[in-house]
Amino acid sequence: MLTDILSALAVVVSVGLFLGILLALFIHFLGIREDEKTKKIRDALPGINCGACGFKGCNDYAEALSKGNAKPNLCIPGAEATAKELGEILGVEVEQTKDFIAFVHCNGTCDVTSTTAIYDGVDTCRGRSMIYGGPKSCRYGCLGCGDCAKVCVSDAICIVDGIARVNTDRCVGCGMCAKACPKNIISMIPQHAATAVFCCNKDKGADAIKVCKRACIACRKCVKACPSEAISIVDNCAVIDYTKCTECGLCAEVCPTGCLQKVCFPDLPDNFSLN
Amino acid sequence: MEGFKGLVVILLSSVLVNNYVLSRFLGICPFLGVSKKLNQAVGMGVSVTVVMLLATLATWPIQHLVLDKFGLGYLQTIVFILIIASLVQILEIVLKRFSPALHQGLGVYLPLITTNCAVLGVAINNINDKFTFVQSLVSSLGCGLGFLLAMVLFSGLRSRIDESEVPKSFRGVAITLIAASFISLAFMGLAGIVDNLFA
Repeated sequence: MLTDILSALAVVVSVGLFLGILLALFIHFLGIREDEKTKKIRDALPGINCGACGFKGCNDYAEALSKGNAKPNLCIPGAEATAKELGEILGVEVEQTKDFIAFVHCNGTCDVTSTTAIYDGVDTCRGRSMIYGGPKSCRYGCLGCGDCAKVCVSDAICIVDGIARVNTDRCVGCGMCAKACPKNIISMIPQHAATAVFCCNKDKGADAIKVCKRACIACRKCVKACPSEAISIVDNCAVIDYTKCTECGLCAEVCPTGCLQKVCFPDLPDNFSLN
Repeated sequence: MEGFKGLVVILLSSVLVNNYVLSRFLGICPFLGVSKKLNQAVGMGVSVTVVMLLATLATWPIQHLVLDKFGLGYLQTIVFILIIASLVQILEIVLKRFSPALHQGLGVYLPLITTNCAVLGVAINNINDKFTFVQSLVSSLGCGLGFLLAMVLFSGLRSRIDESEVPKSFRGVAITLIAASFISLAFMGLAGIVDNLFA
């Protein structure tokens, strides 16, 4: 009896001891110790894994930073405070962070566009766009089901009059909404941008104005008005090059359809929620 | 059922008939947890296959050279858990050191497999079925491939479920479990396939 217990004990203890020593040896000779610096950097990052820096997540970015493969000003949600902290840990000078916000290139609210069909399927933008590009008269415009609002980490997007709007104060610029939009009409623009093109219709002007009264008709008035040659027409739609834009606002004044406007939504509800 | 033919039968039966997830209901946790995306499912499946092979490689000799000799067969479970857990840890350390690329692909799944019941189940069932060493290795390879197959099938099904409109009360875990049971039922149709394969 006693020998049974003792032999069982001896086997388990010796197996455990053997494996324990083996593990310790492996860790000692082959293990890679985690870098103190990497850990410090990761603690300084926001940890929401938004991917706006271009890396897989905060961990990945922290590793790239500690190896010196990345600049410390890429974290958009953390903005300047994080960049400064990262610069202190790494001991390098920090360039100014790039402040970008999301912008929906569409102004085709319910009163200026029409519906061509009654949709009765899965109520997401992706679902709608899969059937003939959605029930909206404009094939390019915002479908207004809020796929972008669902992925937003900071509750910055709301749907007003059937169009997604971004609250510029709340947007952290992670770009998740741009990836979620099935129509690809959300892009990142500089936070200080004065004007933006509220349209992405690539049809010819005559066709575009039929489906939406606020469409860009590619009349080139803005191109001529712009003193710094920042605006060009690409595929029948105006595009602003923000590296050249001087924020003079002349383009918004000459636009006949109102698709080029100032970027501000004073009438956005302050505490909105998704329906 | 001797020689090569026997090995083929063992391999096929462990992939299709005695599939660990769908017939024996072992390893359900990773099956439900990591099957959302195809690439994750494949990563998990490959890691489980590798660990199953290694576990058999280590546990079969221990059972026959140590435990059976001293008449301590009842210590099987606890000794096997000890061995498999430390084996997976060692594998992770070695991968991290010598193949960081592979570690990035499979490494995240390894801690999840440390105490996976499918891995322990393979090690114990190989002993219970009185397999020889080679037969055990083939059987654990088959079990791993069967797990991989189940993961790939289920991740495909789940991506379809994500795209479709599910009644509110069935959303989330409920529809996932129902889908899993349907796959399991479908696999019952393969039950007699191996017995008559070489008849």
